[in-house]
Amino acid sequence: MAVTAVVGLGAAACGAGGDSGEQSTGPVKLRFLSLAWQKESLQANKDLVAKWNAEHPDIQVEYVQGDWNSVHDQLLTSFEGGDAPDVFQYESAAIGEFSKQGYLADLSGLLPADFKGQISQGVWDTVTHDGKITGIPFLLESQVVIANKKLLDAAGVAVPPADGGWTWDEFQANAAKLTKPGQYGVAWALKSPTNRVMNLALNYDGKFFYTDGGKTQVRVGDAEKQVPQRIHDMIYNAKSASPDALGMSGADTLPGFFAGKYAMLPGSVSLRQQMVEQAPAGFDWVTLPPMKGSSANQAANPQTLSVSADSKAQKQAMQFLEFFLNPANMATLAKGDWLVPTGTKANEELVKLTGGKQGWDVAADSAADLTIAPFQTVDGYPEWKTKYATPALQQYFANKITIDQLGTQLVDGGKQVLK
Amino acid sequence: MRASRLTRSLQYLALLGYVIFLGFPLVWLLSTSFKPPRELVKLHPTLIPDSATISNYVQAFTEQQLGRAALNSLQVALASSLLTVLIALPASYALARFRTRIGTVALGWVLLSQLFPFVLLIIPIFLVLREIGLANTHAGLILIYVVWALPFALWMLQGFVRNIPRELEEAASVDGASRLQTLRKVVFPLLAPGVVATALFAFISAWNEFFFALVLIKTPELATLPVTLARFVGIEGTARLGPLAAGSLLATLPSLVFFAVMQRRLSSGSLAGAVKG
Repeated sequence: MAVTAVVGLGAAACGAGGDSGEQSTGPVKLRFLSLAWQKESLQANKDLVAKWNAEHPDIQVEYVQGDWNSVHDQLLTSFEGGDAPDVFQYESAAIGEFSKQGYLADLSGLLPADFKGQISQGVWDTVTHDGKITGIPFLLESQVVIANKKLLDAAGVAVPPADGGWTWDEFQANAAKLTKPGQYGVAWALKSPTNRVMNLALNYDGKFFYTDGGKTQVRVGDAEKQVPQRIHDMIYNAKSASPDALGMSGADTLPGFFAGKYAMLPGSVSLRQQMVEQAPAGFDWVTLPPMKGSSANQAANPQTLSVSADSKAQKQAMQFLEFFLNPANMATLAKGDWLVPTGTKANEELVKLTGGKQGWDVAADSAADLTIAPFQTVDGYPEWKTKYATPALQQYFANKITIDQLGTQLVDGGKQVLK
Repeated sequence: MRASRLTRSLQYLALLGYVIFLGFPLVWLLSTSFKPPRELVKLHPTLIPDSATISNYVQAFTEQQLGRAALNSLQVALASSLLTVLIALPASYALARFRTRIGTVALGWVLLSQLFPFVLLIIPIFLVLREIGLANTHAGLILIYVVWALPFALWMLQGFVRNIPRELEEAASVDGASRLQTLRKVVFPLLAPGVVATALFAFISAWNEFFFALVLIKTPELATLPVTLARFVGIEGTARLGPLAAGSLLATLPSLVFFAVMQRRLSSGSLAGAVKG
């Protein structure tokens, strides 16, 4: 945060990016900052870079591993210091700020048409700023439900097909069926509730942020109230959701899940990796498709690959990215991170590659419901989320305020931030 | 007698509790580093792993260049520590012994410099280091760490110098010792605990530092240990606990060894000072 302020102040003095300058035509060395951290993903990234380097002696790529927690500050200081990596991985919600500062190259003119056609417009919208495409979305995360198959069978709850998820009503009813002494139907890990609520609110077309005449404000109507109210109802009225899980983050619920304390875990598709690695021998789990309200829509916040505006080898960087993200490679990268590839061909490849097992059929299918959400393009969203939304939602889920008070706090917070 | 024994027992009990409190994280780290993934998510975790494995260590070393990163950190921390002491020792003596206007201003400046959050300085520092050809080098990092540690080191050491009675130096002078002899034979031995404490402070602050190393070092082969360890942490706080625990445990060892070696000197120095003082 402090670095953000410093950079904001320093931008005028040091000169922000945006001027791509003279482009290199000879042999180049590209620095690629990757955020892969899972074992398989790390290996896939390194292998692809090694393969590229072996085949392209004139465009050598140096693989540099970063980490998700510090990448924002690392990139900001690199941009300001004029030493940014040529290619870097991040996420769409975060690169908007960099785009506005002029740090990122516009890739629109460099993207081959067939490559662009592989990814849906709703996903491209998440990386398009002022008409410029400043990142290539390649991995998506969706919210699904991981369930203990043995407990589902015992309660007579059938597993829905990959393309036929439960409605919220069905989910709530089944959670109630799965609840008995010592066992809750579901564990909602709500330590950081805002993103999850924002994502799932799209099930009921809950937008939260509305822009009229160039001015954005927060509104909390019936559509926005649906998801938080239903979660609250499961915890305090139906008592089918564990109150213990409220202070937990995603993976914290796993010990209880493996011990049969919770029957279902709403979470990201990437949670499947921990199932494979950490579930006790013989533990039978299934991935249930995303829930449906008026739709199964969720917010897409894809992981992206961008090229720095200051890079002297933008064309070569794009060549590398075209190779790095071809359908087969994108499928390999998605498999390594247990996420969903953005490309349609990569998606098909992945289902073929995995035989749809371990929830890959559900994950692949969920890609169709991911689209841009209003909160992703609002300038003050990070501040609103930290200062107002998260504390208010935590209070609501702790049953300390009513849904109307929650709405008032979210709206008032919006007035403070969205000036 | 009985009351005294009870008091002593309670004191030992309190000490034991404190030692357990301090040592438990390290013991838990050790236990976690030998646990296979399935044991990391048990509802009722155990201190002794059911089926201990070294796979976390293997993963930590094969995926990341931990050995090289540890050597990098050791090199940077030792050099920073040495340079900090070499600069702080004469400077702190001058500050403590010679009351001049320059000394007062210097002390004020040292105090003021502590008010700047380092994030404010990172971009100018980066630009300056690049201009002088020290960006992305250990020399640049050492320079920053020395500058970073110096103000506190000066404050620390000048406090130790002030605690040495001037009379001892005067007595040595009366006995015919030259200024250098007085410093070498009287002052420095008494300052040993302070020097050791300063060196420890400079070493640990350089060994643990993350942000400057992250921003200033670009070449993977030059990365320090904290930066390398961060690569086992993923999105929103999720982490690969096994390899992270294995790596973290190994990362604490050089620091512990350095501390153990220096701490002995710290104690003997204190005693020596007490006797002579």
